[in-house]
Amino acid sequence: MPRFTSENSAVADDIIARYPRPRSALIPLLHLAQEQDGYLTEDAMEHIAELVDVTPAEVLGTASFYEMFKRQPVGDYVVTVCTNISCLLVGGEELLHHLEHRLGVKAGSTTPDGKFTLEDVECIAACTEAPCMQVNYRYFHRVELDAVDQLLEDLRSGRLAHEVPRHGTLSRVRQQLPEDRAGNAPPDRTVEPPWLARNRKANGDGEHAS
Amino acid sequence: MTDAKEIPRILSSRWELADGHTLERYVDTGGYEALRRALSAMTPDEVTEEVKAASLLGRGGAGFPAGVKWGFCPPGVFPRYLVVNGDESEPGTYKDRIIMERDPHLLIEGALIACYAIGATQAFLYVRGEMALAQERIAQALNDAYAAGYIGRNIMGDEDFSVDVILHWGAGAYIVGEETALIESLEGYRGMPRLKPPYFPAAKGLYMQPTVVNNIETLANLPWIVSNGGAAFAGLGAEKSLGTRLFAVSGHVNRPGVYEVEFGTTTFRDLLYGEPYGDGIRHDNRLKAFIPGGASAPWFFEEHLDLPLEAGVVGAAGSMLGSGAIVVMDETTDAVKAAWRIVRFFARESCGKCTPCREGATWLERILRRILDGYGRPSDVDKLLDICDNISPQITWPPKQTTICPLGPSAVSPIASAVMRFRDEFFAYCGGGEITVPVQGKAYLSTPPAVGAST
Repeated sequence: MPRFTSENSAVADDIIARYPRPRSALIPLLHLAQEQDGYLTEDAMEHIAELVDVTPAEVLGTASFYEMFKRQPVGDYVVTVCTNISCLLVGGEELLHHLEHRLGVKAGSTTPDGKFTLEDVECIAACTEAPCMQVNYRYFHRVELDAVDQLLEDLRSGRLAHEVPRHGTLSRVRQQLPEDRAGNAPPDRTVEPPWLARNRKANGDGEHAS
Repeated sequence: MTDAKEIPRILSSRWELADGHTLERYVDTGGYEALRRALSAMTPDEVTEEVKAASLLGRGGAGFPAGVKWGFCPPGVFPRYLVVNGDESEPGTYKDRIIMERDPHLLIEGALIACYAIGATQAFLYVRGEMALAQERIAQALNDAYAAGYIGRNIMGDEDFSVDVILHWGAGAYIVGEETALIESLEGYRGMPRLKPPYFPAAKGLYMQPTVVNNIETLANLPWIVSNGGAAFAGLGAEKSLGTRLFAVSGHVNRPGVYEVEFGTTTFRDLLYGEPYGDGIRHDNRLKAFIPGGASAPWFFEEHLDLPLEAGVVGAAGSMLGSGAIVVMDETTDAVKAAWRIVRFFARESCGKCTPCREGATWLERILRRILDGYGRPSDVDKLLDICDNISPQITWPPKQTTICPLGPSAVSPIASAVMRFRDEFFAYCGGGEITVPVQGKAYLSTPPAVGAST
């Protein structure tokens, strides 16, 4: 069972350094682990615990709260169909049932070939584009039933590999931060920012007027 | 619309541009000029004063004035943090994601202006986990803005102004949209709300430091306010609801969409039936009900169509504008099923910290499911209201709370609305009978007595 690769360990260190306190990096690191392995392995969670200096149980405690973290393997493509109110009104349930029939599994399960996991999810903020769904968190708006069949076909054949990366990969762009950081001093060592101080002095105000 | 007044596009001006998300296009279309103006010609206090003059209400759902919120930071306590709430997940709501995907620099510029005003050297952009494209666009926008000197050390050559903006993202939890839960999540914990008081973010927020949590759309207004002045912003709209605002119109309308309209004066009828907006109900069906402000809001009906989109007016009529999400249901809608689906959402998304919400929402969902499945009893209708009463005593509007955050009472809204208005449908499912709870008038049983200034 994998821990972070050396390349991802370096990414992890970089992420941790962004926060005033390491534990804040916990959720981004869990995403990194899921990007690496497709789901959260126990070893990865133990590695994260070491990196941010908490117990493995605390990592599991946080991870188990959030829907996107999968603690067992899922399909290459996680298909999430919204059935909340705006989608329900214009065919979200029909879309879900159609996919259940096409994939031969009920929502919440994975196809035997390990290609698809189907989920019945809550609102994904595309309400005016209903019915909507996502594949590995990439949006598909105003989905028609025959378009879904084509979509499954394209996913199976790999034609959409460019638009839909494998499960676990969210942003394919990583934020790069300069070495010389502006505002990452620990909370107990930060003073009044100079631009506030200069205005206070210009106004002739006393200490800590702002 | 009452007159043909030209409304500036404060928030949506770059949405049609294919490259509106790039730094190049943003700067070409006047981007970062407001930040330059704030840094060169205004003190932080003057920026705050402009935002107060604009009376900019928070656009996340609670509708608290943004300038006033900033002012709650205790003087002399540093560091202060800015946390940007991009965890948009209220059912029906689709507006923050558009800004993040199509105009990320507008959001970044707004965040930097807020940092300047409140004195924050670090801002965290909390983007909802499921929004992969928004995360990509914002990560790229941040990288470009850092490289061009709009973020980081000595921003735009100002040797005193240095801010880091960090992209952070969630992992699927509606409750994290509640500001104290968002802070817990940002600290690496389960997203459970903190008790207020004492944990008001402005006083004890991220790492127990003063923290301002602002919604994406709220911040996206700031560049325009700084460039054009708070008075110009306040010249739009009516009463408490000033400026423009994004409304997502979804459900059974001919043209669902996200529309920027003048706040406070536009009516529901304009949005649902107006040609540039919803353009009427599909198949010329009759309107059955509509949700005026996201799944947490009590439903409105035909008689509310001519109300303006004004926070005070809508509040007095027994609902709220919430997150600007209007969900339209035509005559073919099954009220019981619609109520069940919304309640299932709250039952699923309850964080489990407070018993009335955890148990109440769960039981409401089970009973509604039982009714839908044909195993309901006539007494179930009373039972639903009784459970609602336990979650939110007396089922009033605005709701009373037995829970730490407003998620609990949110599960009450759809049930109270549906039972109040369409009780026949419930009984039809349950095989007839008589209802014993007095349910008349508005969507709610009673209005609480006015107690001092509302918050």
